[in-house]
Amino acid sequence: MKMLKRIALYGVLALSALTFIYPFLWMASATLKPLTEIGTLSLFPDHATLDNYRTMWARAPFGRALINSMLVAGTITASVLVFGSISAYAMARLRFRGSSVLNAATMAVLLIPGQLTLIPLYTLIVQLGLIDTYAALILPYVFNATAILMMRQFFLQIPQSLIDSARMDGMGEMRILFTIFWPLSKPVLSIVAIFIFMGSWNEVLWPLLVVREQHIMTLPQLLTVFSLGGGAGSVGVSLASAMVLVIPVVIAYAILQRNFIESMAGSGVKG
Amino acid sequence: MRAEQRSGSLMAAPYTAFLLIFAAYPILFALALVFMQWDLVTTPAFSGFDNVRLLANDGRFWRAVANTFVFLSIHLPLQIASALALALALNRPLAFRSFWRAAFFLPVVISGAVVAILWSNLYATDVGLINGVLVRLGLSPVSWLTNPSTAMPAIAAMVTWKNVGFYVIIYLAGLQYIPRSCKEAIEMEGATTWQRFRYLTLPLLLPQTILVVTLSTINGFQLFIEPYVMTGGGPLRRTYSIVLYLYTNAFAYQKMGYAATIGVALALIIGTVVFIQRRVIGKAEAI
Repeated sequence: MKMLKRIALYGVLALSALTFIYPFLWMASATLKPLTEIGTLSLFPDHATLDNYRTMWARAPFGRALINSMLVAGTITASVLVFGSISAYAMARLRFRGSSVLNAATMAVLLIPGQLTLIPLYTLIVQLGLIDTYAALILPYVFNATAILMMRQFFLQIPQSLIDSARMDGMGEMRILFTIFWPLSKPVLSIVAIFIFMGSWNEVLWPLLVVREQHIMTLPQLLTVFSLGGGAGSVGVSLASAMVLVIPVVIAYAILQRNFIESMAGSGVKG
Repeated sequence: MRAEQRSGSLMAAPYTAFLLIFAAYPILFALALVFMQWDLVTTPAFSGFDNVRLLANDGRFWRAVANTFVFLSIHLPLQIASALALALALNRPLAFRSFWRAAFFLPVVISGAVVAILWSNLYATDVGLINGVLVRLGLSPVSWLTNPSTAMPAIAAMVTWKNVGFYVIIYLAGLQYIPRSCKEAIEMEGATTWQRFRYLTLPLLLPQTILVVTLSTINGFQLFIEPYVMTGGGPLRRTYSIVLYLYTNAFAYQKMGYAATIGVALALIIGTVVFIQRRVIGKAEAI
């Protein structure tokens, strides 16, 4: 009876795991199939071909979009870590006028749904003349309230004696932050890095508003525009372009799986 | 002391400026835009309550709101049930535990745009994987995304599939806090597995359930890329979402005042619904 229950449990687990993994396997295999084989259920194409990838690469600037995505997500992540930790440090460890207001404002920002500020932000970008620039994709994300709260929380737990003795040695606040706090804060910094990078890498609504020029588009946007606009022309080509977005993520996920789950579940951010 | 004051203000200055420009100003300007008409080209014109009146009588907007409730009525029970079931299955001594967890979490890390494109192919009437399986099983194929009565349920099922791994982690964290002594005590009393679940596990997981309901409700109200990619809001506007309508007003019609009004209304609706949900779940707990 107990044995039977165990077998049933593993059966259910395997079946559920399959429902989450199989669609991605099907997608990967569909990109290698010629058009005539797409409708078949088999994972292994009879006549494997890279034609879908060649067509996709030739029809739209996916290489450029890959670089754009890395540039935008990379810059945002670096900025949230570096500049965000500077203000989180001040909010956690320094007494200055307005620090409690800043704390309260950070909490309040978390409660505001993004759609409320979407249109005013868009008109701001238009008026600043930033449509079709990287700045439009990056500027509204250079700080992140969730990240600042997480870093502040972590910084609060670091002993004051470390700061005091560093000050005795004549260290400035910036040096204390980057040479003493940063090495101690690796766990929180890596959590922030992953969820900020992933959030930015997967973001599509904001780019759809502020970018129309193909050469500035990030991957998810180019992919969406390409698939919807009929540029792809066939299922295989459209899925092949989706693979450009998926492959780096799946590789990173396979390596850093535990950090990914902790980070994205902990931050409340979904793709 | 003065030095600390000064470096504190200096170090917080960039973030303060950011909050003023990218949070405070947009919030205030959103409220101002409610009373304006603006196409981004001419100067904004004061229009009183025109936008509010238009919104109150806009069938398309209320259709989108109704669609969201249809979405939520399918998505919420499905999301809670599937996340809870998978979390309970994972919360025991298992071989390959981290593999199972990683498998369930995989769709969470994939971009919503990719998932939408992938699933429009899985749902395809003639060559889709799902209908392929149905036909194999001797059932007749379904036009998932082109039939007005199945399109929104199909999208709700897909979103549940995409996010379930995220909520499994939340439930797993809650399950780890249930004290072993409680489990042992209720077993000593001779409770069946169902009774243990109903009178011990489920009530103790209430905080997690509230979190799952709140997050997936907020998420549901922000539905955009799925209908944008998969159906364009059709068939018969049955999958048109509030954010898709907001986006169309801003991007296609250049109606900034009206789009901002939709944004403000959406924020108010989300706040109200989440507030009511919490009250109702809190009441249910008291009984």
